Amino acid sequence: MSILKETGGYVLLMKRVLVQPDRWRMFFRQFPKELEKLGLQSLPIVIIISVFIGAIMTIQTTLNSSNPLLPTYTTGLVTRDTLLLEFSSTIMCLILAGKVGSNIASEIGTMRITEQIDALEIMGVNSANFLILPKITAFVVMMPFLVIFSMALGLIGGYCVGLLTDIITTANYLAGIQYAFVPYYVFYSLLKSLVFAFLISSVSAYYGYYANGGALDVGKASTNAVVNSSILILFFNLLITNLMLG
Amino acid sequence: MIEVKNVNKSFEDNQVLKNVSAIFETGKTNMIIGQSGSGKTVLMKSIIGLHKIDQGRIEYDGRNLPDMKMHEIRILRREVGMLFQGSALFDSMSVLENVIYPLEMFSELGKEEMTERAMFCLKHVSLEEKAFHLAPSEISGGMQKRVAIARAIALQPKYLFCDEPNSGLDPKTSLIIDQLIHEITHEFDITTIINTHDMNSVMEIGENIIFIEDGEKTWQGNNKDIFHVDNKALNNFVFASELFKQVKKLNK
Repeated sequence: MSILKETGGYVLLMKRVLVQPDRWRMFFRQFPKELEKLGLQSLPIVIIISVFIGAIMTIQTTLNSSNPLLPTYTTGLVTRDTLLLEFSSTIMCLILAGKVGSNIASEIGTMRITEQIDALEIMGVNSANFLILPKITAFVVMMPFLVIFSMALGLIGGYCVGLLTDIITTANYLAGIQYAFVPYYVFYSLLKSLVFAFLISSVSAYYGYYANGGALDVGKASTNAVVNSSILILFFNLLITNLMLG
Repeated sequence: MIEVKNVNKSFEDNQVLKNVSAIFETGKTNMIIGQSGSGKTVLMKSIIGLHKIDQGRIEYDGRNLPDMKMHEIRILRREVGMLFQGSALFDSMSVLENVIYPLEMFSELGKEEMTERAMFCLKHVSLEEKAFHLAPSEISGGMQKRVAIARAIALQPKYLFCDEPNSGLDPKTSLIIDQLIHEITHEFDITTIINTHDMNSVMEIGENIIFIEDGEKTWQGNNKDIFHVDNKALNNFVFASELFKQVKKLNK
């Protein structure tokens, strides 16, 4: 029952969000701010995690594929495909669900409990559209760039392993990341990330928008936003993978 | 004028408003008073349309709110200003931007005219110019209330709602805010409804007072009539403090 109620509430909220803004001027004022807050401010965490995970994957793949029968390009190939297919889209989005999701839910939740959303409603403003639409659009616009950035940095992380250690040679690594490249994987990954970006921003906004009570309840709303958007990311990952690669 | 007719409102099995009828007059400071939990906040939120009523009529100069569609309610709300208990100023904007915001959303004024109007409203509530570019968190509670009043009157509303306007303020600042609301009501001929349990406000500016007891309206009058009422619940509520008991004695 609770799932049905929440799904219904979410759909009704989206019906109010996904309409033309009352004033485009106000939307375009808010939009760059959200690009900066949700996108650019997520760059440091994307950089750190991608470089390190790229490097770690390269080390682990090399150490676990020491069989002389395996071709020398195996490490580069595995690292590249793991980054392209799963890490830079799904895992990165799960991490961003924590950062961006909690940010959106707590910001909107605080506005709700301090009556700022009521104030907007009393003025006759479609508060859901005014507050949530710039966040969703900004995050959906920024996500493909973050994913491409993550892919490139992950590959650079792996290259650094070849450069700084003797675990793998840079030549073997470079040969591996160029071997049997399937451009469709990039398209698949970017498409997934767009869906995930929409899920993270809209689900988190939903929990923030319907927060009630006090500071503790805003905290609960943030937790629910992160947990539920993560579950939805995993579910939609399975669905999209089955549809596009299955 | 706002007219409330036979309004009923329940939350699940709990009937909070029981057949409430009242008239809130234009150009007067109308007050809803009652103990905590009596239903006065629900009544105010129902009048504004934040709660959907089960039964009855809420007429804004003849326009019945419960019959209106969402877009009609939005249009009506452009005629409404509201002062919230916690001021509800937007944290992400400066004081001036808070007052400009409703103008940007709903007026066709140019940027300079909007700034001019916002500054006029802020000066009208006696806010110092040096505070215009500060964030709401950088000014005092009393100043936040003034900014909220300025924002509420920016679009020249026909109806002004104030929810516990003196909550958290010292007596002197409370008096200033009361006077300000009273002045604005008369100057701009607004239908003002104030939800309060501050007896100083009631005595000071209560021109039309409605007493709510357990969800029912049990008395209506003004700040002079209140001294000669034989409603026990109202007397217990108004004259609970020793100060007001003495005031009543002196008045008699």
